[in-house]
Amino acid sequence: MNAYEQYIAFTTLVSKEIRRYLRIWTQTLLPSAITMSLYYVIFGNLIGSRIGEMGGRSYMEFVVPGLIMMAIVTNSYSNVVSSFFGAKFSNSVEELLVSPVPNYIILWGYIMGGVSRGLLVAIIVTTVSLLFTSLDIYHLGIVVAVVTLTSILFALCGFINAVFANSFDDISIVPTFVLTPLTYLGGVFYSLDLLPEFWANVSRANPLVYVVNAFRYGVLGVSDVNIGFSFAMIGGFAVIAYWYCMYLLRTGKRLRS
Amino acid sequence: MIPALSITGLEKTYDNGFRALKGLNLEVAQGEFFALLGPNGAGKSTTIGVISSLVAKSAGKVLVHGVDIDEDFPGAKKYLGIVPQEFNFNVFEKPEDILVQQAGFYGIPLSIARERTKHFLGQLGLAEKSSTPARMLSGGMKRRLMIARALIHAPKLLILDEPTAGVDIEMRRSMYDFLREINAAGTTIILTTHYLEEAEALCRNMAIINHGEIVANTSIRELLRDLNKESFLLDCQVPLPGTITVEGFHVAKVDEHTIEVHIEKGQDLVQAFEGLKQQGIKVLSMRNQANRLEQMFVSVLERQA
Repeated sequence: MNAYEQYIAFTTLVSKEIRRYLRIWTQTLLPSAITMSLYYVIFGNLIGSRIGEMGGRSYMEFVVPGLIMMAIVTNSYSNVVSSFFGAKFSNSVEELLVSPVPNYIILWGYIMGGVSRGLLVAIIVTTVSLLFTSLDIYHLGIVVAVVTLTSILFALCGFINAVFANSFDDISIVPTFVLTPLTYLGGVFYSLDLLPEFWANVSRANPLVYVVNAFRYGVLGVSDVNIGFSFAMIGGFAVIAYWYCMYLLRTGKRLRS
Repeated sequence: MIPALSITGLEKTYDNGFRALKGLNLEVAQGEFFALLGPNGAGKSTTIGVISSLVAKSAGKVLVHGVDIDEDFPGAKKYLGIVPQEFNFNVFEKPEDILVQQAGFYGIPLSIARERTKHFLGQLGLAEKSSTPARMLSGGMKRRLMIARALIHAPKLLILDEPTAGVDIEMRRSMYDFLREINAAGTTIILTTHYLEEAEALCRNMAIINHGEIVANTSIRELLRDLNKESFLLDCQVPLPGTITVEGFHVAKVDEHTIEVHIEKGQDLVQAFEGLKQQGIKVLSMRNQANRLEQMFVSVLERQA
């Protein structure tokens, strides 16, 4: 395939992915808006008003970046895992596998589907958050870079999960038992400074800590961890995940007999 | 001329140790309408899987229009259109979207993709269903949708894995006409089927695959010539006598108005008619008792055993 044909294949795959989640927007976009509104009301307003300040900001201001990032992580992951597993389950993935589309186009097509959903949900959730608090962006470049890198990373993780999943149960195990607990323990609702030293150090082994804090730094200018190190962690994980996804596609593991 | 498909020494051993293909060799010339026959589990679908890249081969060489799949699989795939046995499209999508997307995966610009989609949906009688979710289509319509999808990038080699399974007779015939048409226009077609009369009606040459090996590869006419015996059912004017014998022929009374006659290779059917006529039996019509190709198929497998 020449470059133009690859471009057509890529845009076809991305638009297919976008059409898929827009077609079922009540399952893909609406739940995040409702869930985050509840978080804002309960943690930000009702409980937050009694907590006072955290990291030098009101509690509402403190939790908003973490909650936005939580929505991005969940949605970019869910989009790829459900779409690719669905294609595998219905065998429609064969449409792609028998075509001359190079593996990296297949992967980037799914990644961009996940990234676009993550970004769209981020816009929705951010808009909802403006009903509860005002948001001043401290560093737009960092915000854009963190959001992009994070959604790419979790889209890749979703892809790996989809390749290995045998049933629809398998695609909900990781989000339920791994992603959600790590996000909650990743400093969305609290600053690591509040934890005893031992638990603060344990928390630093959680990759979500770097994701949440890097984004919070871009929005508020405060972070529990070094921002450069955070970028290195997110970027490093993304490179490893990308390499592994390409390996899975190249070898056809769990995709070809 | 470069063959449309050339397979040499193809081997496939699955992880559980099962050898599905044992050094299979096959060559299909350009412009052929070729049948690949074999019992269930013979290796037909595995062969198609290897050609289409859904199954990784253990050894051997596959060339599609001279392009080695090991050296340039994307290049080889451009020549290939595959209609698999199982439905493998997203049933929640509309036929027009399925076709346009598939064209996109082959790098075909949207305007051309839309044109071709309209053309093939019309040709295969799906125009009215172009915006209906695929899950709402009948089994026959789904099969035709898969054929349209396989043709959207104008492949030079079309491989159909049991394309008429579950399709009613009327629709099957219109599908035959359509396939003959695209074959006449230059597309090489390889067909696997369990309806052996289908292969007889459509294909000039055929190969029989059994236990992962090609056991026969010649023209259908040639193979039928090898048949030693054929059975005919004769519908006769009633009443028939209690016992019927015709010298040199094995004849049996099936019911009050039907006689079964076995004709061995070299025997003259007219002699059998003569013998019956002498006994006052008038034959009104005649038909094959069993599909000739089926008999041939069984005899080839028996010979191999």
